[in-house]
Amino acid sequence: MYIKKDVVAMLLAGGQGSRLYALTHDMAKPAVPFGGKYRLIDFPLSNCINSGIDTVGVLTQYQPLVLNDYIGNGQPWDLDKMNGGVHVLPPYQTSSGASWYEGTANAIYQNMGFIERYDPEYVVVLGGDHIYKMDYSKMIDFHKANHADLTIAVLDVPLSEASRLGIMTCDDTLRVIDFTEKPKEPKSTLASMGIYVFTWSKLRKYLIENENADTGSKDFGKDIIPAMLAAGERLFAYTFEGYWKDVGTLDSLWDANMDLLAESEQLDLYDKEWRIYSRHENLPPQYIGPAAKIQRSMISEGSVIDGESENSVIFGGVTIEEGAEVHYSIVMPGTVIKKGAVVKYAIVGENCIIEENARVGEQPENYPNRDEWSIAVVGHNITVSEGKSVAPKTILSESI
Amino acid sequence: MGTNQNVLGLVFASIHDDKILDLTKYRTMGSVPFGGRYRLIDFPLSNFVNSGISQVGVITKRNYGSLLDHIGSGREWDLASKKGGLHLLPPFSHTSSTIYSGRLDALGNIWSFVEHAAAEYVVLSNCDVVTNIDFRPAIAAHIKSGAEITAIYAKGFYDHTAGTSATIFELDENGFVTDAAIDPPMTGECRLGLDMFVMSKDFLRKIVKESMSRNLFSLRRDILLSRTAKYKILGYEHQNYFSKIDSLADYFQANLDLLDSAKRNAIFTKAAPIYTNTKDNAPVHFGADAVIRNSLIADGCIIEGRVENCVLFRGVRIGKNTIVRDSIIMQGGTIGANGAIRNIIADRNVRISDDRQLTGSKGYPLFIGKGAEI
Repeated sequence: MYIKKDVVAMLLAGGQGSRLYALTHDMAKPAVPFGGKYRLIDFPLSNCINSGIDTVGVLTQYQPLVLNDYIGNGQPWDLDKMNGGVHVLPPYQTSSGASWYEGTANAIYQNMGFIERYDPEYVVVLGGDHIYKMDYSKMIDFHKANHADLTIAVLDVPLSEASRLGIMTCDDTLRVIDFTEKPKEPKSTLASMGIYVFTWSKLRKYLIENENADTGSKDFGKDIIPAMLAAGERLFAYTFEGYWKDVGTLDSLWDANMDLLAESEQLDLYDKEWRIYSRHENLPPQYIGPAAKIQRSMISEGSVIDGESENSVIFGGVTIEEGAEVHYSIVMPGTVIKKGAVVKYAIVGENCIIEENARVGEQPENYPNRDEWSIAVVGHNITVSEGKSVAPKTILSESI
Repeated sequence: MGTNQNVLGLVFASIHDDKILDLTKYRTMGSVPFGGRYRLIDFPLSNFVNSGISQVGVITKRNYGSLLDHIGSGREWDLASKKGGLHLLPPFSHTSSTIYSGRLDALGNIWSFVEHAAAEYVVLSNCDVVTNIDFRPAIAAHIKSGAEITAIYAKGFYDHTAGTSATIFELDENGFVTDAAIDPPMTGECRLGLDMFVMSKDFLRKIVKESMSRNLFSLRRDILLSRTAKYKILGYEHQNYFSKIDSLADYFQANLDLLDSAKRNAIFTKAAPIYTNTKDNAPVHFGADAVIRNSLIADGCIIEGRVENCVLFRGVRIGKNTIVRDSIIMQGGTIGANGAIRNIIADRNVRISDDRQLTGSKGYPLFIGKGAEI
């Protein structure tokens, strides 16, 4: 028996995240480590529980092992509930056949049964690859006050970025009058953040119609939103102010981590009123040795630092040996940087070994071919042998 | 790690509260913060769990509010279980119980719990020894030897003049205890009792019932000392690093010992982790002018100044141009800018304003009480 819920959240976590290359070879994008001790999915999950939403379906498809393990019973986010809680929803087989999730709308369509058990008034649809802190309950209040059928969270972006996003045009009351995915000539700078509040009865209707129409894409941005607009449904834009970052590319993932080190804290992870929860390993406090040099860095539990960390984000259980240097880089859990190794402007994945005197990345000023410069990336579980170099812009997915 | 359904672990969480009164004013020994993110009870609980002992009773006496908060359902130690699991045993939790005076007395009070536990053997531990121990070989040695009691000891240095307390064992060539002494007038290497014992439940029942009928209550004095000749007591040597906390100076040193890699690695191992409550703090943020040397730092700290030879607990903040050396700052401590701090122990949530200078000495650290504002 299920007790009725006012709100159910559906988190789209099935994306491959192909633009993160080696970092998502063997894990789904929402499982990618971020900010010293988190994974991307910690942000929407924590936002849900902090917003009072305690029923969350997580739709998984691509490489779900790490993600499933990580979510577990949802306890770290207080989402282990007798009624509600977090549920991992992979594609499944039915009497009429089996199918993968074909698009974002289709993924929700296939899990209508999950939603209906809770008989909700509203369904919140979220992505699993954005870094932000947001009180969804305020957005739901806004949705209710407008008697909206769909409310889309929007961010005012620079005009230069508008053409690669979903752009909304609104009237004075913030009612959406036009929506265009990646417009060549943007009419506005209000970009969709991929956060939707639907009135469930309406969403249900459009999901079924979309499924029957079989557009091929079965996508919220391409199908559901345009169909609702065309039918004259009440769509509203909810403007969000605050830190929000899409970390779908290696550069944006690196940038978002570096943002955490900025003097003006754009994303306050120390706010006790809005904690970001994560699953912890049982690691002792970090140890900083007598010869260590640490500046403008974030370092997590279980790390042992005897070398140098400048302007870097160091995850749990990382070792930086004496004489090793890490500058402007992200070093993910369990990685060892040995004596004399230098890591600069790089992302190093989980459980890597950077052997003695190896070099990963380079700062742009020291690189002769500036136009060809970009951060260096080492995937997970990779060894960079003694004395080897990983040039800037390289994405290493095998040991060298 | 197989579970050992046959063994019950019992922790005395309130024994020796009087040894570090400063720290036990608002809490009991088991909930004294230690090592940046732990409480002393985490060590016996984790040792039990890592030894496959999945049914554990925690015997408390007074000031156990913070202990209850810390332990909760026992989930963090994987002891939230339908079968066995963790049981908190405060005074008056069983009929006709009283505030106890010693371990035998306490066991008498909660005997119905022990009786109903599905276990043939019982392992007893206090909370004043910080170590990582596997009880399984000790239990095996106990069974093999046919001993009635196995007392776990470690070789260590005892100095009578330091005013600390110890039980010291003499053994025969077969490893059985021939003599036990409390605080003998000696200085030197010896076999120090760690207040950890293995017994069968039947034997424990016998000594508990006998002691109650004679109004005896001290396991150490009334059994180990008085009955050394009568009972067959095996000494089992624990060879890993340990520290026994018997005074504020011991507590200070035991924390600073964790800065030594060999000692730290002996306590915190991947195979047998020390479990504790998690707090969801962000990683440590080090500012542009931070200088850190030889320190153990828990998550949630924000450090702008200089920190040397310190243990910083979760959520500590150190201001710009402040130097903190040889100190232990517990959870939530805030030290302002331009300060100079040395040899202090700051209990939880201490606030030290800008421009303050505070100095204790190595043998006698300056203690600052919980929530103090300076």
